[in-house]
Amino acid sequence: MKIWKYGDNINTDMLFPGKYTYTCSTAEEVKPHLLEDLDPLFAKNVQEGDLIFAGKNFGCGSSREQPTLGLKAVGIAAVVAESFARIFYRSSINQGLLLIECPEAVHAYKKGDTVSLDVEKGVITVGSKHYSFPKLPKEILAIRDAGGLLPYTREKLKQKKKR
Amino acid sequence: MGMTFAEKILARYAHEKTVVPGQIVTVKPDHLLMHDNAAPIISKIQPELKEYGVYRKDLPVIVLDHVVPAAAEKNAAQHKQIREFVKTYKIKYFFDVGCGVCHQIVVEKGLALPGTVVLGSDSHTCSYGAVGAFSSGIDRTEAAALLLTGETWLKVPVSIKITLKGKLGRMVTAKDVILSIIGDVSASGADYASVEFHGSVSQFTVDERFTIANMGVEMGAKNAVFPVDAVTTQYLHSIGFPPSKYKPVNPDPDAAYKRELSYDLTKIGPVVAVPHGVDKVKSIKDVEGIQINQCLLGTCTNGRLSDLRIAAKILKGKHIHPNVRFLILPASRQVYLDALKEGLITTLVAAGGTLLPTGCGPCLGAHQGALAPGERCLSTSNRNFKGRMGCNEAEIYLASPATVAVSAIKGKITDPRKGVQI
Repeated sequence: MKIWKYGDNINTDMLFPGKYTYTCSTAEEVKPHLLEDLDPLFAKNVQEGDLIFAGKNFGCGSSREQPTLGLKAVGIAAVVAESFARIFYRSSINQGLLLIECPEAVHAYKKGDTVSLDVEKGVITVGSKHYSFPKLPKEILAIRDAGGLLPYTREKLKQKKKR
Repeated sequence: MGMTFAEKILARYAHEKTVVPGQIVTVKPDHLLMHDNAAPIISKIQPELKEYGVYRKDLPVIVLDHVVPAAAEKNAAQHKQIREFVKTYKIKYFFDVGCGVCHQIVVEKGLALPGTVVLGSDSHTCSYGAVGAFSSGIDRTEAAALLLTGETWLKVPVSIKITLKGKLGRMVTAKDVILSIIGDVSASGADYASVEFHGSVSQFTVDERFTIANMGVEMGAKNAVFPVDAVTTQYLHSIGFPPSKYKPVNPDPDAAYKRELSYDLTKIGPVVAVPHGVDKVKSIKDVEGIQINQCLLGTCTNGRLSDLRIAAKILKGKHIHPNVRFLILPASRQVYLDALKEGLITTLVAAGGTLLPTGCGPCLGAHQGALAPGERCLSTSNRNFKGRMGCNEAEIYLASPATVAVSAIKGKITDPRKGVQI
């Protein structure tokens, strides 16, 4: 598992360039351009189970779904950041991409540290130290547990029709 | 204890007496905005649309503006798919190529009114706080779900109160105000928060409030809102919406804010956001003389009549510098027609400007006006991120229409207060 470490204010243009937004929509179209203007090595070398560590305001800028769709598709286990921009945060819930807001863990991380995650307990371990992160509210967990917003919505519509 | 704007309006829409920050509420927005991205949105839910239809045919507002007219077959096919969807589901509010930038259209057509809630699959949906609406950006998947169910969850945000005091000086504009605030609070300074503007706001027209609210998202805000006052009601009356058509929500005087900030407008001068962050804001004197290759006047931030007026006033009888390309995008067909009537377009084109179709154009690097490596653009748009105008080795500087127009003449970043005599 590799940790990809980035700084503050990583915007959605860095995560996926605007010039491709109307020509690439599916995960397969998106994957080769992920983080293209931030880190050209990312798309080539990212592997399932990798983590992203970042500073404040990760995902700021345009409402752009390709980053959350793409990061989920390449198997990013979680993005751990000091804070997230809100549209990106919502989009991650909708796609089922795990975000962890935990400034302490980000500050503690040094290159070479091993990192492990216990999502159910809400604990991230960096080196030998454990940091807890808040659980999502139940309304939001229901979306995640359904596998994202679209499966959640389909189920909701089905239930409504039955009634 | 009183309630903030966000608390009041979300309580109204959640059918609760009170709500508190952090509470999750379910709301049914009045409108759902989509643009060219309506194509990928509807593609996600084809079987569901067939089975359940659209929640309300007057819920979506679809405006084609991001890549217009189509740059390539793929865009054209998306636009065609959207037109077919509009026809099949009898969507009431559809604005085809050439009508304008989506946010301008929403306000101009009275689709965001005081006390209403509008969500949109575009980050600058926060603009409608200019007329006292609660408006916020969401992603494509959420827009798809909303099309089917008409409802979504929102977390009640904390609120930040920004009080503006005093009067702006000559050639200093609303754009300088919002850039100065973002430079002060940082790109994450209002993350998850509702931002309210208070104080000497009556000096700002709806156009100017639009510029300020539009950039709320650049400091992370969920929404950004102005009080509904005589300026708002007069504007709305002028576009056919008398006060009987809406129920404004204004914050209580004793509402609780997470943070209160105050700015003395007499101390704000022209500023420029330098690459590659909107919060990297510098006084004009620190960037004067930087050579530029392209100037951009337009977008949802600064493509309105008052923006074209100030640029035309500066450029009248003058010519842009030979090293500069000056691109102009009126924010809507109405703005374009009004500008034609006033002779502004003649002035701007005679000065060497290139008129682009009403739309988003070069702002996001998806259509026209792309930059080459090593080039610099001075733009009235809202983002100067690396790669934003199609090239990651180019630089974008953000400024007011006055600063952009003066700088276009000089070929370098210039203080609008001393650049020309008008």
